[in-house]
Amino acid sequence: MNRGAILVIARLALREAFRRRLLWALVGLTLLMVVVTGWLFGKAAELNPLEGGERQLILSQLLVMIAFMFSFVLTMTAAFAASPAIGPEIENGLLLAVLARPVRRSDVLLGRWLGLALVVVGYALAAGYMELAVAQLMTGYVPVDPMVAPFYLAGESLILLTLALVFSTRIAPVASGSIAVVGFGLAWMGGIAGGIGDYLNNDALRNAGTIAHLILPSDTLWRGAMYALEPPPDVLAAAGSQARIFTVSPFFAGTPPPLPWLAWCAVWIAATLAIGILLLRRREL
Amino acid sequence: MPLSPAPAIETRELRKQFGRIVALTGLTMTVRRGEVFGFLGPNGAGKTTAVKLLLGLSAPTAGEGRVLGAPLGDLATRQRIGYLPELFRYQGWMTAREVLALHCELARLPRSGWPAEINEALELVGLADRSNDRVETFSKGMQQRLGLGVALLGEPDLVVLDEPTSALDPVGRQDVRAIIGVLRARGATVFLNSHLLTEVERVCDRVAIVDRGRVVAELGMAELLRDNGVRVLVTGLPDVEAIAGRFGQTRLDGEWLVVDSIADEAVPALVAELVARGGAVHAVVPARHTLEERFLSLLAAAPDAGRRDGAADIAPDAGRRDEAADTAPDGPARDTAPDGPAPGAGRDTGPDTAPDAAAPGSQEARP
Repeated sequence: MNRGAILVIARLALREAFRRRLLWALVGLTLLMVVVTGWLFGKAAELNPLEGGERQLILSQLLVMIAFMFSFVLTMTAAFAASPAIGPEIENGLLLAVLARPVRRSDVLLGRWLGLALVVVGYALAAGYMELAVAQLMTGYVPVDPMVAPFYLAGESLILLTLALVFSTRIAPVASGSIAVVGFGLAWMGGIAGGIGDYLNNDALRNAGTIAHLILPSDTLWRGAMYALEPPPDVLAAAGSQARIFTVSPFFAGTPPPLPWLAWCAVWIAATLAIGILLLRRREL
Repeated sequence: MPLSPAPAIETRELRKQFGRIVALTGLTMTVRRGEVFGFLGPNGAGKTTAVKLLLGLSAPTAGEGRVLGAPLGDLATRQRIGYLPELFRYQGWMTAREVLALHCELARLPRSGWPAEINEALELVGLADRSNDRVETFSKGMQQRLGLGVALLGEPDLVVLDEPTSALDPVGRQDVRAIIGVLRARGATVFLNSHLLTEVERVCDRVAIVDRGRVVAELGMAELLRDNGVRVLVTGLPDVEAIAGRFGQTRLDGEWLVVDSIADEAVPALVAELVARGGAVHAVVPARHTLEERFLSLLAAAPDAGRRDGAADIAPDAGRRDEAADTAPDGPARDTAPDGPAPGAGRDTGPDTAPDAAAPGSQEARP
C-alpha cells in the first residue's frame, strides 16, 4: 500500500466533487431541507397541545422520519457518487495513464474510497448537526444522544458507498448504484423483520434480521441513529403506556446497537474493500 | 570499465491469454537503449496487449520480461517510463496544467521541479497557450498532444507511445516526429506502436513486426528496406532494358529504368554504359522497398499467413513511395523534422469550440 498515492487519488476525488458541483448541490439540498423541516418543527411545536413524554415521543418520531429521509438522500449520494468511480475510468482509458505511474490498483480503490468517504461523511455530519440544531431551536427537543446520531448516519452511508464502489470495479454504474440502493432497502426491511421477530419472539424472523445485518450492516447503523434521536429512557419511562405504541413502530429502536455489531460494520467495510481490491487486480484493463 | 546498461526492453516468450483467446503467443524481442523502436503488426496482432504487459498494466500468462533492467510491473521503474495510451482520456474537469501537475505528483517528481517540467511539456506539445483551459474543451487532437506532454514529464528513460498520431493532422504528426527527435537527442528509448507505416519508416531505427502474438521479424530499418537496386531516369534509349540487362534484372517503371539486384560498385559502370550508348541520364537513385511492401511481404511469408484477415487493416498511407521524387533533390528520404523548428512553434491553439467532435486533421485551429 502506498500512502502517498492513496492521498493523491483521494484529493483528486475531493477536487472532482467540488469542481463538478456535487458539494454545492448537497449544500443547496441541505439548506432547502433545513428550511422545510424548520417550518415543520415550528408548526409541530405550535400545534402540539400535548405535554411531557408524549410530546417528546411525537417530536422524536418526527425527527426520526426526517433522519430517515436524510439517510436515504445520503445513501443515494454515496451510491451514485461511488458507482461510476472505477469502471468507467477503466473503460475510457483514464486509469491506464494513472496506473502506468508508480501507483497500485489498491491505491486507486482506497484513494477513491477515502476521497468519497470524506465528502459523504463531511456532508452527513454538517447537515446532521444543522438539522438537530434546527429541531432544538424550534421545539426545544433534545434527543438522548444528539452528538452521535450524525455519525451513525455517516457510517450507514459509508456502508453503501463501499458496496457501490466495489461493484463499480466490475459492473456498469447504473447496475452498481441500483444494487446499492436495493441493498439499502432490503437491509432496512431485514432489520424490521428482525425487530418484529424480537417482539413476537419468532426465531425465523429474528434470524432473517440477523442475516440481513451480517450481509449488509447498514440497518445496524440506522437503528443506532434512531436510538440516538429518541427521547432519553427516563422520558420514555414517564410516558408509560403511551410509549408502547411507539416501541412497535419500525421507526423505533429500544436499544443502541451492541458493540460487536458496530465492530462488524468496520470489519465488513474492510473486508468488502479487500474484495474490491482483489476484483480490481483481476480485472483486465 | 562500466557495465553496459540492460536493454530498455527484453522479453522472452511472453504470452497472454484471455480465457480461450490467445492475444500473445510468445513475444520475444529486445529493444536497445536509446533507440526509436517501431512495433508493427496488423490489427489484432497483440500490439496493445504487449504494451500493457510491458507497463505492468496486465499480467502475462507465461514468459518473462524486463523493462529498464527490472521485472515487468516493477513499481519503482514506472517512475522512469512515460506512456501515451492508445485509448485514453484525462480528467475533463481539470486544466491541462493541472493534469500535468497530477502526473508529476503520481510520478513522484520533486515538487520544486514541477513548474519547469510542466512548462517544458506544454511548449513541446504546443499547448502553452491553452494550459489553463479545461481538458473537456479540447479537441481529440489536443487531448492527444496533452497525452504526449504527460508521457514526456520527468525526462523518462523509456517512452512508450501507443498510436501517438492517430488523432493528429499532418502538422501534428510532424510535431510528434519532432518530439521523438527531441527524445532521441536526450538519449531516451522510444517504443512506438503504430500502424501508420510512413510514420514508423520516418522515425524508427529498428522495428519488430508482430503477427498473431509473435515477432516475425526484428531488424534495423535500413536493413529492412534495403533492396540492392537502382532507379535511373534515362531518355534517348529505346532498348534501354536490353542494354542494362547484363547488370541485373531490369524493368521499366514509367520513365524510370529499375535495375534490381545490382551491386553498388557496378552502378558507375551501368551509367557509363547508358551514356556511351547515347542515353541522357537525368537521375540515379537507390531503389528501396517501402516499409509497407516489406511489411506485407513479411506477413505473407509468415506461417499460416492465409488464415489472417487483419493485414488489410494496416493503414495504406505509405503506398509505393516514389523514391525519385523523395530523394533526388536532397538525398535520403529520411525525414529531417527532428532537426527543424521547435514543435508547436507559432501554433494557434486558440478557442476550440468543438470538443471531442473534430475529425482527425481538423482538430487544431490554425492560421
